Amino acid sequence: MTEARKPIIRIRNITKRFGSVVACDNVDFDIYPGEFFALLGPSGCGKTTLLRMLAGFESASEGEIEIDGQPMLDVPPNKRPVNMVFQSYAVFPHMTVLDNVAYGLKVTGVPKAEARARAEEALGLVHLEGYGQRMPDQLSGGQRQRVALARALVKKPKVLLLDEPLSALDAKLRDAMRLELVRLQHTVGITFVIVTHDQDEALSMADRAAVMERGKVMQIAGPGDLYEHPNSRFVADFIGKVNVFEGKVSGVSGGRLAVEVGGMGRIEVPHDGVAQGDVGIAVRPEKTRLSKDRPASGLIVLKGKVTDVAYYGNESHILLDTDAGVQVTTTVQNEKRSTDAAMTIGDDMWISWSPEDTLVLNG
Amino acid sequence: MEDWRKSKAAFAIFMAPATFWLLLFFTVPLAIIWVYSFGERGPQGQTELAVSLENYARAVEWIPLKILWKSLWIATISTVICLLLGFPLAMGVAFAPKRWKNPLLLIVILPFWTNLLIRTYAWIAILRISGFLNFGLEWAHGLLDAGFGVIGMPGLMGEFQPLELLYNNSAVIVGLVYVNLPFLVLPLYATLEKLDKSYLEASLDLGAGQWRTFFSVTVPLTMPGIASGVLLAFILSLGTFLTPDLLGGTDSMMIGNLIAQEFGPSRDWPFGSALSFVLMYVTFFVLWLRATVASRSSGVGEAG
Ligand SMILES: Nc1ncnc2c1ncn2[C@@H]1O[C@H](COP(=O)(O)OP(=O)(O)O)[C@@H](O)[C@H]1O
Ligand SMILES: [Mg+2]
Repeated sequence: MTEARKPIIRIRNITKRFGSVVACDNVDFDIYPGEFFALLGPSGCGKTTLLRMLAGFESASEGEIEIDGQPMLDVPPNKRPVNMVFQSYAVFPHMTVLDNVAYGLKVTGVPKAEARARAEEALGLVHLEGYGQRMPDQLSGGQRQRVALARALVKKPKVLLLDEPLSALDAKLRDAMRLELVRLQHTVGITFVIVTHDQDEALSMADRAAVMERGKVMQIAGPGDLYEHPNSRFVADFIGKVNVFEGKVSGVSGGRLAVEVGGMGRIEVPHDGVAQGDVGIAVRPEKTRLSKDRPASGLIVLKGKVTDVAYYGNESHILLDTDAGVQVTTTVQNEKRSTDAAMTIGDDMWISWSPEDTLVLNG
Repeated sequence: MEDWRKSKAAFAIFMAPATFWLLLFFTVPLAIIWVYSFGERGPQGQTELAVSLENYARAVEWIPLKILWKSLWIATISTVICLLLGFPLAMGVAFAPKRWKNPLLLIVILPFWTNLLIRTYAWIAILRISGFLNFGLEWAHGLLDAGFGVIGMPGLMGEFQPLELLYNNSAVIVGLVYVNLPFLVLPLYATLEKLDKSYLEASLDLGAGQWRTFFSVTVPLTMPGIASGVLLAFILSLGTFLTPDLLGGTDSMMIGNLIAQEFGPSRDWPFGSALSFVLMYVTFFVLWLRATVASRSSGVGEAG
């Protein structure tokens, strides 16, 4: 991204240790105003810890955090220009919905009438008009989450922090809520930082995402770049499905890399970084084609035997044992209704893809 | 294995010993006392069965009522002090790092390991005229006196007068607070421990300070634990006998001491029985009060 703007959050060399566990390891990046930013990674990689450091519930072992130009070192949670939607929502069970939403205003001295009016307005924003007098135990999980959202947004924070906001919802609601959150972010124009372990969630909602593994940030990029240009095996594997072959670099020339791969021989792929020694050669399942006959030259080809066909209606996932010694998954769109062309187990097939669609993975 | 609660026979077998125990050693004696409370004291102090409300009439006469009133007061004050000391203590234990919780809890219940009588005598050793507290005060006094002597003002502090700390109502309250504190802390700790800490974090996150969070979130969400603890400490204080007996003065008699006197030296069991029942009715009234308050603010109780 070409960001001339000033970052709203600056995370500088943040390390967080719990005893011997390193929850965040030298994390260093910026988040810009108005971004929908995702912290993505498997469970236990330190996403929540990083978010809690932004909120002020944990203090960093090393490094510093700036929010809106202010160093946050000694700033307690109640003095930070951020608000959080907790994973459990933490809607106060002893207060009405309206009192919940107005709470954050009342405690900072906003007059009662004004707090009430603004709370009503915030409830409208999350489509909970008329729910003000209910108690939280009379609400569904999705509605409680909206209360938590309204309660945070009514404070007009510089940044809204959301910890796995969709994980407690059922699948249907989750999809609806994704769109809803994106819409909400456009409406209020606040920077959103969302924690999720679900790559689909991150890719579909976020402008940019930081992919984390074991406390380290592996890659920060937009959804398209993360998917099409992952910088490591971990990211390639975590974001979507990928077939990886082990290879050895045998030459570099003019932006192309020659790699020796078992079962494929010497292949040439475009690559503009440095690479030497062992590399991973990878391709996404949907970038591959299957054919009975050997495809035309110019493609990377590989022979395999079908071992499994999983039918999903719109597409089928086909598993093949290949000459490269690796099991390969390819996806086939079921464009025609006829099942004549369907593959059967045991068929010998050619797998092929374009060198341009090939990923070279160093790390 | 099948859920034992589903099997009526198993349920009955499990319940039988406790039921039998309670019937034999609680319900039956209580019934006897109840019958006695309508009886009459014979000339030699023996109990003669009768149907008379005489004892209850005596129980609500001026002197016993004054003693009951004083008992309520002392119980209230000691319970309030228990709560003021116990809440921070319970929070300290509940919010301590995990590995500290059990050792801290152990310290809270440590006094239970020693006999109540011995613990109360220990307070006598601390509070009496030549006790540890006065000893410490005298020592401090001596130091100050010497200090003033050095800066040229000898004798400014005057002679040390030991404080009369024992055998008065304050000593009783100190003793009751000490004895009943764990009973208040334990239920409160159990509730605080179960309290989802993200409620407190949410409150801070929304801009509330620590005190505001305490009064607007922590206290309402732990109300069931507070009520249980307060009730326990209050009822135990109200019916106490040993503490005022050992630490109290001539005007520190509480209802428990009066009952003990009637069953003991006065040998007036019917009157003592009536007094016991009056105390029990007062306790029931307090329990009823708590139940109504709880049901009026229902919903709060389910939190955490
Ligand atoms: N309060 C804590 N005390 C000790 N270890 C913790 C604490 N919070 C998190 N951790 C550890 O730090 C690591 C990262 O945790 P977390 O940030 O919750 O991961 P994520 O949200 O990505 O699942 C985990 O190994 C976790 O066990
Ligand atoms: Mg988490």
